[in-house]
Amino acid sequence: MDDLDRRIVNALQSGFPVCERPFRAAAVALATTEEELIARVDRLLAEGTLTRFGPLFQVERMGGEFMLAAMRVPEARFDKIATIVNALPEVAHNYAREHALNMWFVLATETPSGVDEAIRKIESATNLPMLTFPKEREYFVELRLEAGA
Amino acid sequence: MNDVVAPEMLAQIDRAIVRATQDGLPRLPRPYHAIADAIGVAPELVMARLRVMLRDGRVRRIGAVPNHYALGWRANGMSVWDVIDERVDELGAKVGALAGVSHCYRRSRRSPEWPYNLFAMVHGRTRAEAETRIAEIAAVLDGALREHDVLYSTRILKKTGLRLGSG
Repeated sequence: MDDLDRRIVNALQSGFPVCERPFRAAAVALATTEEELIARVDRLLAEGTLTRFGPLFQVERMGGEFMLAAMRVPEARFDKIATIVNALPEVAHNYAREHALNMWFVLATETPSGVDEAIRKIESATNLPMLTFPKEREYFVELRLEAGA
Repeated sequence: MNDVVAPEMLAQIDRAIVRATQDGLPRLPRPYHAIADAIGVAPELVMARLRVMLRDGRVRRIGAVPNHYALGWRANGMSVWDVIDERVDELGAKVGALAGVSHCYRRSRRSPEWPYNLFAMVHGRTRAEAETRIAEIAAVLDGALREHDVLYSTRILKKTGLRLGSG
């Protein structure tokens, strides 16, 4: 990552314009060209520095639901269970964590009943019980990580 | 756009926009025009609807999501806290306002296995840096805290975001 990459990552976390030529508008602020910015965003996505570029949806506001869930997965079966869990389109994120509850994932579904259905599917496919942690209140959400030097 | 569009039509268009952008925005000079072409509506309507969705919160923002690890943020911990109910809302807001906290929620306890009701994600370049963040949270919660834990992530197994089903 060079300096321009870092500035792009930092700037694009805050937002991207909605207009006819948004890359051109964003490029001006970054003192680069539209063409260069498009090429770099493509590369940052391809090499995995960015995991996503586009609108971030708030599922609950669209009538759907997010649910944080965790399972206690035996180490020997971990990769196999991860494959089963990840195969479900309802699983938006999945992380391995250091804890007896060692697999943590977020279900994102279009309807609240979709969450229950996804839970049932995962429990029956893995034969493991799942704990769910419904969100009761959101105090803050703003993931913005500086790409430092 | 002078045409009046029925609400159910708008809902359908919004859904088509979500579906067309769930893998991300096209990296083209006119990305919103490309979406408009794909779903068969005017580009002005796509942009207008995205602005509406940004305003009403269905779209949190349009932008980039970095891979923490790729940016050098290697210590990503989910810190979890058992805070007394009477003070969790007041203190949760304060924890969320700390610079090192990216997400902060109150969630249901799952007693006895899981006594924690406050979740705060912290990030550091090193564990020591993340532990500094956690000490700051502990200081805010002082006097209202029973116990806490930190679950560091060791691997991202999947990170895609919402997927709409077909239909």
